[in-house]
Amino acid sequence: MQPPRLHKRYSALSLLREGLRGHSGWQQAWRSPEPKPAYDAIIIGGGGQGLATAYYLAKNHGMTKVAVIEKGWIGGGNTGRNTATIRSNYFYPESVALYDYSLKLYETLGRELNYNIMFSQRGVVTVAHSDAEMEIAARIVNAMQINGTDAELFSRTQVLEKAPLLNSGDEARYPIFGGVWQGRAGVARHDAVAWGYARAADARGVDIIQDCAVTGFLIEKGRCVGVETSKGEIRAEAVGIATAGNSGVMADMAGFTLPIKSYSLQAMVSEPVKPCLDTVVLYLGTGTYMFQSDKGEIVVGGGIDRIPSYAQRGNPPVQATVLSGMLEMFPSFAQLKMLRQWAGVVDVVPDSSPIIGPSPVPGLYLNCGWGTGGFKAIPAGGVVFAHLLATGEHHDISRPFDLDRFRTGRLVDEAAGSGIAH
Amino acid sequence: MQLFSCPFCGPRDETEFTFGGEAGKIRPEPAPEVSAEDWSKYLHRVGNPRGATSEIWVHQTCGEYFLMERDTVSHVVSTTNALRKS
Ligand SMILES: Cc1cc2nc3c(=O)[nH]c(=O)nc-3n(C[C@H](O)[C@H](O)[C@H](O)COP(=O)(O)OP(=O)(O)OC[C@H]3O[C@@H](n4cnc5c(N)ncnc54)[C@H](O)[C@@H]3O)c2cc1C
Ligand SMILES: [Zn+2]
Repeated sequence: MQPPRLHKRYSALSLLREGLRGHSGWQQAWRSPEPKPAYDAIIIGGGGQGLATAYYLAKNHGMTKVAVIEKGWIGGGNTGRNTATIRSNYFYPESVALYDYSLKLYETLGRELNYNIMFSQRGVVTVAHSDAEMEIAARIVNAMQINGTDAELFSRTQVLEKAPLLNSGDEARYPIFGGVWQGRAGVARHDAVAWGYARAADARGVDIIQDCAVTGFLIEKGRCVGVETSKGEIRAEAVGIATAGNSGVMADMAGFTLPIKSYSLQAMVSEPVKPCLDTVVLYLGTGTYMFQSDKGEIVVGGGIDRIPSYAQRGNPPVQATVLSGMLEMFPSFAQLKMLRQWAGVVDVVPDSSPIIGPSPVPGLYLNCGWGTGGFKAIPAGGVVFAHLLATGEHHDISRPFDLDRFRTGRLVDEAAGSGIAH
Repeated sequence: MQLFSCPFCGPRDETEFTFGGEAGKIRPEPAPEVSAEDWSKYLHRVGNPRGATSEIWVHQTCGEYFLMERDTVSHVVSTTNALRKS
């Protein structure tokens, strides 16, 4: 008997055909190769940032002797644990240049990767609760518009039109005065972003090596020339670190420190319910944000835990704060049963902006410090980091995010600028 | 809910405490002679150990500053010692 023809491309037609023949013809989405002794570039960390970097190294720079080295499974870090909100409502031009470029890449990513990342541009509304907060909201809207991205100042009525179940009563602890609306923002399927990049990078020859922990760096004459791993030594011309919450561990292995502390950031989902919330809502007052997933679950997140941690589980007090925020925002959600709670280890930088650029060790490069908000930046982070690894030079967009800003004092302080926690 | 042991008050709820930074950092002096590099290291570069760590914490309710030795993965606290001399 002829083996069934395997499907390389995903399409409605291939889905239909496979549906009719018991899904026997799907090809493995990526290979599981053994590591080669040497590559042109190695990226440590198979999260979205690492996988996207590998894809753009191959696509934009024609480099295919590239490996992504992941200690667990791809997407098993923050990429597969995040609440998948994509937006570019930042304050500084440097940030909007990065995040809005990312949002634009997301708009066409599903098609580019031939992978359904379920990007749904349902908008994000950040709700303000006083006249003073409305002024801050107006300032952010103005800044966003000047920086060339879409933003609108919403009135109370407009907020309630978008999310009618919000607490509009007189007893509200955080009354709704209005808010910042970004209509192009939205959510995507987090795993699909990792898997889509992995599959597309693999198709271009990138080796994705899972279950392989980097345990040290090969340093010769002060230069990084490769890594030691649980599967042996692997040499490379350029080594990129994209390990999020574990960046401090990497820096320690390479003999330097970073302006990064690791904290747990947790999230939760409820049981699935009928459609009741078709946008992403964040309250300035509670710090809690939520949206409804395509499955119907209410996805809830908030601020980081207050204790530096690598525990990847999340402490109860913050969970209680986030949930009480949810009840203040949507009193009717008091009836919801929560289904799951989890956490990721996020890499928090004093100015809440990423660190992209050369490390203090030549040959070793950094893509980290995304903290609570690097999922939205995966496509742009991949493009600029690939540029850095391929050329040794900054992309214009990544230059302001160099580690050197902590020496020069040119911080990109989004924690203060846009009050953004995630 | 975790309990931390304040050297002055004894075991109290974790929410009463605030992380004050990594232990053992010494402010470089005299200020006019400190290079931008060293100043930036003092201000921003931090150890971020996965495992045993030594940190400064403050118990908000009584104001006690103390040194806490704990593990950043298991969250087990081994010791808490007051920073004041007596
Ligand atoms: C609960 C939560 C909610 C979030 N919500 C949002 C959101 O709504 N929007 C948003 O934009 N961002 C959000 N984020 C942040 C976002 O998830 C991260 O910034 C982003 O995923 C970082 O991607 P990454 O590829 O750098 O890291 P990761 O996906 O964490 O990948 C790093 C990888 O490195 C691997 N690694 C670590 N050490 C080693 C080693 N020694 N050897 C080999 N591999 C190693 C890890 O296993 C991991 O897979 C959230 C995060 C969390 C935890
Ligand atoms: Zn006390």
